[in-house]
Amino acid sequence: MIRDITLGQYYQADSVIHRLDPRVKLMATLVYIVSLFLTENFIAYGIAALFLIVMIVLSKVPFRFMIRGMKPILFLMLLTVLINLFTATGEKLVSFWVFTITVEGVKRAALMVFRLSFLVIGSSIMTLTTTPNHLTDGLEKGLGFLRVIRVPVHEIAMMMSIALRFIPILMEETDKIMKAQIARGADFESGNLFKRAKSMVPLLVPLFVSAFRRANDLAMAMEARCYRGGKGRTKMKPLHYKGRDWLAYLILALYLAGIIMIKIYLKWALI
Amino acid sequence: MSIILNHVSHVYGAGTNQAVKALDDVSLKIEDGEFIGLIGHTGSGKSTLIQHMNALLKPTEGEIYFNGADIHDKEYNRKMLRGKVGLVFQYPEHQLFESDVFKDVCFGPRNLGLDDKEVELRSYAALRQVGLEDEFFYQSPFDLSGGQKRRVAIAGVLAMKPEVLILDEPTAGLDPKGRDEILDLVKRLHDENGITVILVSHSMEDVAKYVGRLIVMDHGKVQYDDTPMAVFAHYKHLETMGLAAPQMVYIMNELKESGLRVRTDVATIEEARDEILAALRLKNTL
Repeated sequence: MIRDITLGQYYQADSVIHRLDPRVKLMATLVYIVSLFLTENFIAYGIAALFLIVMIVLSKVPFRFMIRGMKPILFLMLLTVLINLFTATGEKLVSFWVFTITVEGVKRAALMVFRLSFLVIGSSIMTLTTTPNHLTDGLEKGLGFLRVIRVPVHEIAMMMSIALRFIPILMEETDKIMKAQIARGADFESGNLFKRAKSMVPLLVPLFVSAFRRANDLAMAMEARCYRGGKGRTKMKPLHYKGRDWLAYLILALYLAGIIMIKIYLKWALI
Repeated sequence: MSIILNHVSHVYGAGTNQAVKALDDVSLKIEDGEFIGLIGHTGSGKSTLIQHMNALLKPTEGEIYFNGADIHDKEYNRKMLRGKVGLVFQYPEHQLFESDVFKDVCFGPRNLGLDDKEVELRSYAALRQVGLEDEFFYQSPFDLSGGQKRRVAIAGVLAMKPEVLILDEPTAGLDPKGRDEILDLVKRLHDENGITVILVSHSMEDVAKYVGRLIVMDHGKVQYDDTPMAVFAHYKHLETMGLAAPQMVYIMNELKESGLRVRTDVATIEEARDEILAALRLKNTL
């Protein structure tokens, strides 16, 4: 049942991308997304595609895992394409009934498809190659400068990692309670919506009670070990930039510079 | 009237790269009125095994028959089966959810589709069986003590009037008094009501005292299926499985090795005391 659901997207592999510092990956994802919105130039998009393909190959994650992330936005993509296709004004390509498709529209629609799919694939490379805990570590350290303006960075990161830690535990708990109630004749599957919602009570009440109990236990355990928040707290495995991380930053900077150059100098853009 | 497992195997996550074989070709026959202990190290497959007996899990291979009918047959009424084969999970008090004790116990029988009168009669009888005083019936289950909660949870399954009662570590986390109360309750259910009982446990002492047949699981396989005493004779092999025989078995074996002529098929302190005294008396008269 619930055991079959894998959580998070992390794909275990041994690759350069996996070994990169999570801060580098966060920054790279951000830069990549910005670069996609910087330009509407097809040559720039070619470079973005090339960059993406190199990353995919380097990450050693099977391509189908990245496609998987596209499914939820398929509808959004279709809608964007349709709107762009029929609303753009310009040189007429074909027209039927009240609809007119323009050359401009086709270009815009294609651009949108590329932009959205690069966006999703680009960010899933990050989530596929970084464990959730690494990600929160990266966020905590990467956003550490926000502490100056009194953003409780450590506390937020701690909450995130606790939440992530508890997801599998609560999933298992749900499975156990569900089975126990089925053993008492509960039926979670049949009946109309109202009946089914009502049948969730024997599952949800014990689940919430258990979540509160666990939260309480954890808070006690943290206090017993004198947890006082982020100030002066050290990490067991602190993040340190290595040579390859700086190299990655360099490549990233070159990529961004290249995209900007194309935007400025290649005015003969297709659009 | 019996449960038959015919070459049952179960694989978790079949077809993925993390497939785990939790049950490996298990064949068992559980007769009416037996009191069975099921013992095994964590991860030996005992929890998986009991979840097959009321069709919570479907075997990857093999069949399970209850009273002669295949429980995974398309037409088979598995809801009724769950009323007949009552399964009490570990820490059953974690599954209480109603606003008062009585309502919670009613949940099981009501799901069986019985009329209100029958539901309430059964729930009342079940609460009496587990020895909960009337004054607690209309309290919130969350206000009870640990041992009381567990008895309420067991009553919730008993109210379905199962023919077979399976308890997964019913004594886990209880103090010695609570533990004895629960085990005595289980024994009473078996002796007086004729319910078939399968008791999953870690404690050899517990099972030695109560059960008539002991099944030892290891790595998804049945290693021993015999009377407790016959199983304890293999105490050295049990140790390699991360288990141990009751302490008395060790003491008696040591005594025998050091020359005192005692029987070694003794599991409880009382029996051991009598046996040692008898042996000493015999020695003194010689």
